[in-house]
Amino acid sequence: MKNLFSIIKLTVATLILFAVIYPLAIYGIAQIAPNQGKGETISVNGKVVGYQKNGQKFDKSNYFWGRPSAVDYNAAGSAGSNKGPSNADYLVLVQKRIDTLLLVHPYLKKSDIPSDMVTASGSGLDPNISPQGALIQVKRIAKERKLDETKIKSLVESKINTAVVGPETVNVLELNVALDALR
Amino acid sequence: MLSVALLLQITFYKNSHIMNTELLGVIGIFILTIVLAIPLGKYIAKVYLGDKTLLDPIFNPIEKLIFKISGINSAEEMNWKQHLKALLSINTVWFFLCFFVLLFQGSLPLNPDNNPSMTPDLAFNTAISFIVNCNLQHYSGESGVSYLSQIVLMFLQFVSAGIGMAAAAMIFTAMKERTTEKLGNFYNYFIKSCTRILLPLSAIVAVALVFSGTPMTFEGKDAITTLQGDHVEVSRGPAAAFIAIKHIGTNGGGFFGANSAHPLENPTYFTNGVELWAQMIIPFAMIFALGFYLNKRKLSNIIFGVMTVGFLLLVVPTVMSEINGNPAIEKMGIAQTTGAMEGKEVRFGPAISGFWSIATTVISTGSVNSMHDSSMPMSGTMQLLSMMVNAFYGGCGVGILNYYIFIILAVFISGLMVGRTPEFLGKKIEAREVKIAAFIAILHPLLILAGTALASYFAAYDTAMGYWFSGNATGWLNNPGNHGFSEMLYEYTSSAANNGSGFEGLGDNNPFWNITTGIVLLLSRFIPIIGPLAIAGLLADKKYIPESAGTLKTDTSIFGIMTFAVIAIIAALSFFPALALGPLAEFFTLK
Repeated sequence: MKNLFSIIKLTVATLILFAVIYPLAIYGIAQIAPNQGKGETISVNGKVVGYQKNGQKFDKSNYFWGRPSAVDYNAAGSAGSNKGPSNADYLVLVQKRIDTLLLVHPYLKKSDIPSDMVTASGSGLDPNISPQGALIQVKRIAKERKLDETKIKSLVESKINTAVVGPETVNVLELNVALDALR
Repeated sequence: MLSVALLLQITFYKNSHIMNTELLGVIGIFILTIVLAIPLGKYIAKVYLGDKTLLDPIFNPIEKLIFKISGINSAEEMNWKQHLKALLSINTVWFFLCFFVLLFQGSLPLNPDNNPSMTPDLAFNTAISFIVNCNLQHYSGESGVSYLSQIVLMFLQFVSAGIGMAAAAMIFTAMKERTTEKLGNFYNYFIKSCTRILLPLSAIVAVALVFSGTPMTFEGKDAITTLQGDHVEVSRGPAAAFIAIKHIGTNGGGFFGANSAHPLENPTYFTNGVELWAQMIIPFAMIFALGFYLNKRKLSNIIFGVMTVGFLLLVVPTVMSEINGNPAIEKMGIAQTTGAMEGKEVRFGPAISGFWSIATTVISTGSVNSMHDSSMPMSGTMQLLSMMVNAFYGGCGVGILNYYIFIILAVFISGLMVGRTPEFLGKKIEAREVKIAAFIAILHPLLILAGTALASYFAAYDTAMGYWFSGNATGWLNNPGNHGFSEMLYEYTSSAANNGSGFEGLGDNNPFWNITTGIVLLLSRFIPIIGPLAIAGLLADKKYIPESAGTLKTDTSIFGIMTFAVIAIIAALSFFPALALGPLAEFFTLK
């Protein structure tokens, strides 16, 4: 019984250290981090239009689209499709996405479409697409916005993030914010 | 190195541009972790030996205070049974603490998103899975738990890792060349593991995450209007502190539902590297720590070598098949230059996602940065095999316990083969130890296969499950055919390996899965701790026989190969039929 009492006291003491002091210390340090650790946001004209790290839904034809999402970009949740690679229904869905892309981008060849544009991301909130995923949309955007195609193409190229290690990415929200600023 | 070269060679064949940057990232992280694990191992050995370290001035007073408050004499030597008793009683207390917090979280403070209380079966499963260092998570972080619960779960991530390390420390002590019953103090090992190893490393990782964009706030969901005008809510929370210990302690439980695939939980390629490093560093270092602790560097190098060979054999086919992409999608004629992307994030890409999926299953972390359910069949096979073997690197502390069992079996078998008395580190291995080791080795396949058989039986007959599951049993599957079988096999394998990752399509938040996996979790955590502790305790008490010409040497590559063979035979023979029915069958249908 004395033993049990000791264990409970030990639990309380370690709770104070690991569940109170440790998170509060990190919380304190977060106050000097970007946006005080509340998540980095992107604003247009002083109004927050999104979180820089979280993908958001773009389905209007005058914006660059992101990847398919299993949660429809609802950032109060997150999930992948969890579809297996040989699942017949899933493969039909991928085929449909390819067909849709070809329909709205009649100038595309099938082999131009990168796989990230027709597969759902792991989180359902992927903020990025591959550079190729953005480039295939340039012609459509130019037509919709009545802007010069080369201008949009160079905008996309300026928004490609490269690094020494890791894949090249394009942040869809950042690209679209820059697109809106384009005259 | 050879396999790394082989990896380069094979992947260069296809999608060559991925090689330059992405494989460089994988190899860089792996080598960096090994390089840093050696000094950390030396430090860990010093901590358990009670030697002076640089951090003494900070932690001596803290630990003194903790022991003073709890009235525990941390200098009192314990035998192996006292270690076990302390370990099991403290885990019981934590179970009830966590269970009741989860059961009533809806009405407790720190719940800005007004998330509801858990059902009793989910609270049972969640509490168990966090005390056993598994973090199976049949809920989603955003909607399933309050911030208070997250913090209590984070507490368990610290202490459950500390328990595994304390058990390993007792085994280290027992391996010393002497005859004794006294194996150090459990609470001393436990507290020092938490304060001197887990806490500083977690703090470093948490700071790296916070400055890379992971939130650390107590504010609830934010409501915003997006650029094209949709209204959405964005989940946040005190995530950075949680995610750090989730990896350092090889727990793996995500703050958000999508785990480390979530852009706030793992915002960049850099944080992905940090989180990979964080989950591998202690398991790697513990093996080197054994060498420093016993002053037998060669023994620990051989163990590390065997584990690394096993690890790379699992990594290479996985990374290859992810980079090469889905053959069924290739047939549709699109460009799979970025590999298999279903369930993956663009910022990570297929190479490091494949590597992570093996690191996390080998090491028993169970955090994911891509959805394993959507991995290629060969990757799924390797992920399952990693957990079925469950002895390469392994979780915080317990990894070495699992490997210890295979050493005992290998000593016994090779002793019989060459006609020498089986001895390990100067202690005779006799019937009693071998019986315990054999029982532990058999328990793992037994729990996995029996569980899977039970679930498959219900699914095959599409049984109406009543209380246990709303609807018929096939309703819990997210995919048909072989892949559906793999989902059930994966869930029990992950539970029995105390891993926590999943083929997450499986509908697992219901009494059937919550309770059956909860039981598997309990048995497969504590019995594989009790077994090695008992063997080590029994051996420590035996007469020490100095090494002679007749001794079977255990720090040679021949013995390393022998251990590897024992592991391979036990895992391959017990699990091959199940793998053939699941992911291997899918592999051949996709070809």
